[in-house]
Amino acid sequence: MTNKNLIAGATGDWEIVLGLEVHAQVSSNAKLFSGAATEFGAEPNTQVSLVDAAMPGMLPVINQKCVEQAVRTGLGLKAQINNYSVFDRKNYFYPDLPQGYQISQFQQPIVGEGVIDIDLDGGEVKTVRIERLHLEQDAGKSLHDQHPNMSFVDLNRSGVALMEIVSYPDMRSAAEAQAYVKKLRAILRYLGTCDGNMEQGSLRADVNVSVRRPGDPLGTRCEIKNVNSIRFIGQAIEHEARRQIDIIEDGGSIAQETRLFDPKNGETRSMRSKEEAHDYRYFPDPDLLPLSFSQEFVDTIAASLPELPDDKKARFIADYGLSPYDASVLVSEGENADFFEAAAAGRDAKATANMVIGSVFAGLNKAGLSISESPVSAEQVGQLVDLQSNDTVSSRIAKEVFELMFEEGPDQGKDPAVIVEEKGLKQVTDTGAIEAAVDEVIQANPDKVEQARERPKMAGWFVGQVMQATGGKANPQAVNKLVMQKLGLEE
Amino acid sequence: MSKLTDLNLAEARDGLRDKQFSARELTQAHIDRVAAAEKLNAYVLQTPEKALEMADASDAKIAQGEARPLEGIPLGIKDLFCTKGVRTTACSHILAEFTPPYESTVTGNLWADGAVMLGKLNNDEFAMGSSNETSRFGAVINPWRGADQKHLVPGGSSGGSSSAVAARLGIAATATDTGGSIRQPAAFTGTVGLKPTYGRCSRWGVVAFASSLDQAGPITQTVRDAAIMLSSMASYDAKDSTSVNLTVPDYEAALTGDIKGLRVGIPAEYRVDNMPSEIEALWQQGIDWLTEAGAEIVDISLPHTKYALPAYYIIAPAEASSNLARYDGVRYGMRVAGKDIDDMYASTRAAGFGDEVIRRIMIGTYALSAGYYDAYYVKALQVRRLIAEDFTKAYEKCDVVLTPTTPSSAFAIGEKSDDPLEMYLNDVFTVTGNLAGLPGISVPAGVDAKGLPLGLQLIGKTFGEEDLLRVAGVLETAAQFTARADDWWSAE
Repeated sequence: MTNKNLIAGATGDWEIVLGLEVHAQVSSNAKLFSGAATEFGAEPNTQVSLVDAAMPGMLPVINQKCVEQAVRTGLGLKAQINNYSVFDRKNYFYPDLPQGYQISQFQQPIVGEGVIDIDLDGGEVKTVRIERLHLEQDAGKSLHDQHPNMSFVDLNRSGVALMEIVSYPDMRSAAEAQAYVKKLRAILRYLGTCDGNMEQGSLRADVNVSVRRPGDPLGTRCEIKNVNSIRFIGQAIEHEARRQIDIIEDGGSIAQETRLFDPKNGETRSMRSKEEAHDYRYFPDPDLLPLSFSQEFVDTIAASLPELPDDKKARFIADYGLSPYDASVLVSEGENADFFEAAAAGRDAKATANMVIGSVFAGLNKAGLSISESPVSAEQVGQLVDLQSNDTVSSRIAKEVFELMFEEGPDQGKDPAVIVEEKGLKQVTDTGAIEAAVDEVIQANPDKVEQARERPKMAGWFVGQVMQATGGKANPQAVNKLVMQKLGLEE
Repeated sequence: MSKLTDLNLAEARDGLRDKQFSARELTQAHIDRVAAAEKLNAYVLQTPEKALEMADASDAKIAQGEARPLEGIPLGIKDLFCTKGVRTTACSHILAEFTPPYESTVTGNLWADGAVMLGKLNNDEFAMGSSNETSRFGAVINPWRGADQKHLVPGGSSGGSSSAVAARLGIAATATDTGGSIRQPAAFTGTVGLKPTYGRCSRWGVVAFASSLDQAGPITQTVRDAAIMLSSMASYDAKDSTSVNLTVPDYEAALTGDIKGLRVGIPAEYRVDNMPSEIEALWQQGIDWLTEAGAEIVDISLPHTKYALPAYYIIAPAEASSNLARYDGVRYGMRVAGKDIDDMYASTRAAGFGDEVIRRIMIGTYALSAGYYDAYYVKALQVRRLIAEDFTKAYEKCDVVLTPTTPSSAFAIGEKSDDPLEMYLNDVFTVTGNLAGLPGISVPAGVDAKGLPLGLQLIGKTFGEEDLLRVAGVLETAAQFTARADDWWSAE
């Protein structure tokens, strides 16, 4: 079996091995251990409690909402939920880390092993194993551009709850890593446990990259820190893998280190070597009791879990007869799937899927809008599908009608039937009119008629001409039938 | 009527209620006495104006017949407790003139019950010490002196609290105990020191030394006073995750004097080598007193006792090394400029922390380091669990444990300050209580040949403060400890 993921080096093929640590900000109104707000974009240092600023004598108190969200996420990843876990201190000095330690979970995380099925090109599905998920505090932010010779610190993020989701090194290409992040993000968004907003830093990935000859043991890895877009994840991996291959092929060896991805030039550069790595002196946080909860607590959350992307995809395939590809496109965002289901209710689901993917998503994408901002409602899409199904309009005209609705926007938005009526776009099904048009084209092109009798595929050309002549309003099936008849090509 | 500064808490409370004197008079008498006691160096900050303001408010309450449990009682507050708008330093340079915008839960409870704040009391820097010699404000002097009139330490880390209560510079004081910092100073000064069960008093707003061991409690003149103080200091506090949600009993009501049938355990392992015969004798005396009062004496074994001190001196510094990381010069307190951020940290912390604090941060950092963690920290936690199990087993046979509080009476200033190990041995009888989270109390029980006070310690069951106080009351009554330090220090 050939491995399409192998990449060629000067001395032979190489395999990339990738593991990801994704930091996902927990959707919650308050921080992990304090009541301070977590809203994005607030003025610096306006969302800082005494605990977040590590004032003397201040103590952390766990936010139950965050625990619930972590358990919910664990259940969504079909993972082991640990009813007993421990918060540890990870000790290091940094100005944006007021306590001098980050409260995290080291040896006993709240969630253990789970899985994510990622969707690859061609409908292929691959299972990536999750090693663990743990809760931890985010740090603040150092601002180096506010003053010529001073740095400022914004503690708004200090103490915000993060879930660190660690995968096993199961991915073998940038595309797989990207598919993993996309799928993980979709699951988190379905669950409502993280908004997945990478631009705002709600979701960021540390990517562990190593290369090896196919079949060899794992190579030495480098960790690329804090990559904050799916595109950058791809670029960072491609660059880092190539860098490692070049070093090894030049007779060198890879030094284990932490690297940073610079989006400006698409390269990774060294941040600190293994020797410079901190000794974090993890130990159980004595300010916090071990985190324990009942199975009932877990069961209650499990009972409230929404349908997740994989289940929804399976249902779309089974109930609507969609292709795996269309189904996975539709379920990538919960709102998209909802839109499709609303539009497809009681009508041809495949045709609806085609219109939602081909017209709605394409239009929104081009206009930079989200599904909730769609100028065309799901109901209108459904009506348009109906017009197409009952031959009122052809698929080409349907596209045109959609574009008109899209441009007019939600306020003036007219229902598709109204537009079809007003613009006179109704499909011509009157055989007499179509016949006249066919005759005209045949008469005008005797040479083509000759050719078509030799090569029956030429009939398509006549159909196209007739469609053009009728402004696309002629029923294509009827045109086709008549052309074949008149050319004497009937079977 | 005796002098107002001779009154204990229960007497002052009753006198105020009976309107024999006003809260203002009582407070003013203490303010004056504190002002005349600079030699003892017990207070690092006096707040006379605040005290009088609070006293006036108390007088108003009393006049309205709405006196609260501690109405008008002037107290000294260990400088480890954050007090809103009042400088709080933990007696460390690193906190500079830090003035918290918040009040610790324990002191907040006291003020809510009507108590009056005289000021902030000296302590060992970050509560690290057994002699109150490591404070940025200098050593505290014990009002007690031997015949040679040498200045003695008041114990530590709550040396300001013990010295102040012994010299009547406050009717009672707050203190904290991580390895013996309430009980040992109480023993050195002829006062009562009560360390409650871990989780009984909130740690919120108390500058942390070692989070899993720190516990606030009172130093008082009598066992009854300790009971009254604890009833106010203790509370469940949702802001402290290690606080325990249990109703606070009326501890004073537990002082029935009746201990008939109560079983008192005597641990063989507390007979340490080179224990002075006076201490040995006092311990035996205590056994006899309790026997006479109807208690049953039971020999018990706490086999892991000898590992307690080494385990303590791993766990406490380990936690401290992390707890003190927040003093980095970035947000509050002292900052010494540096050429870059790392240099700023190093310069600030080198200048801000004293030698003993630096020593413990280094020990703790080492104990938590990769490669040493299992050998030191994990091992120490195992020992800790074994010590707790020792007590659990012992309490199948007895209700309280009786031991000496300290292996000696107060020593001279400077006598042990160059020998950390000798200094650490002061905690040998008290650290077990912290490691196991148990309540303990030191009761003044006699004097040694030099005429210096000695204490006996009772260790109770988890949340067994009522039994503990009841036995302590019996011990106190039997001991009839009425000796007092003279006022040699007074500038009056």
